[in-house]
Amino acid sequence: MYLIVLTVHVMTLCLFVGTAAIVDLRLLGLTMQKVRASEVMARLLPWTSAGFLVMLISGALLFYAAPLLRYQNIFFRAKMLALVLAGVNVWVFHNTVYRRVAEWDLDPIPPRSARMTGGLSLVLWAFLITLGRMIPYQVYWFN
Amino acid sequence: MSVLDFFERLQYLPLLVAMRSSSWAFPVIASLHLMGLALLGGAVLIVDLRLLGFGLRNQPLAQIARDAERWLLVSLAVLLPTGILQFMCFAATKYYYLTAFWVKMAVLPLALLFNFAVRRKVAGADETSMNPVWNKVAAVVSLSLWSTVAIAGRLIGLP
Repeated sequence: MYLIVLTVHVMTLCLFVGTAAIVDLRLLGLTMQKVRASEVMARLLPWTSAGFLVMLISGALLFYAAPLLRYQNIFFRAKMLALVLAGVNVWVFHNTVYRRVAEWDLDPIPPRSARMTGGLSLVLWAFLITLGRMIPYQVYWFN
Repeated sequence: MSVLDFFERLQYLPLLVAMRSSSWAFPVIASLHLMGLALLGGAVLIVDLRLLGFGLRNQPLAQIARDAERWLLVSLAVLLPTGILQFMCFAATKYYYLTAFWVKMAVLPLALLFNFAVRRKVAGADETSMNPVWNKVAAVVSLSLWSTVAIAGRLIGLP
């Protein structure tokens, strides 16, 4: 059962981080430059959100399989911190730069603040993936 | 030389012996492999979603396919070296005996072949001249092949 949930968690990574990465790449001006940024976001973010929901549920199940062990795990704690930071990044973006999306919607390369969000988001998800993958290694490294 | 002999040679190459003696090299490489997987997922999904009539459905399919292919190639450039290194690390003692590994090795070439030989043509074709059902068939085949590769990969990674 644990293995099924773990497989779902990793498979949904493709849906969640995959679609988020495409949006981030658009914000960086590295893909689909001819498509309006708001259209890329409107069309892809529902899939990202669906992926995030599955990630959250499967992740919570994985946590409750061994709550104490996970809570004590340094990589788990760091991952949760990175998750909060990623959430703040999304929130800040939607309440600042994205409010003025009409001004830069058609720009092949969005303004610096939007590029910063996209870059930061990619870096944070990469951290989250790495920290998640490291969770089982605490026993080898620290105990 | 048998396959097992070959795997043994790979596993005991000096570089791989050094890699195994490091406690962090393997998980770092595995993490990079997962990042590649996420990017591959994005690049495959935006085209398959579009073929199914979801996602960026107001944009020309051929354009999306071209944009996505660049990132698919980037993801493969990350996935293949990191995958090969992980395989070489435990080729003879673990991978040789895992069904999931052989399943992945059988399906991965199929997925790549389907992507570059079939789906690319479907996505690049004139949309008006083709029965949309073929778009959906191509998307379902593509998603099934890549899912099999990813699930088999996840099963390899178990302790």
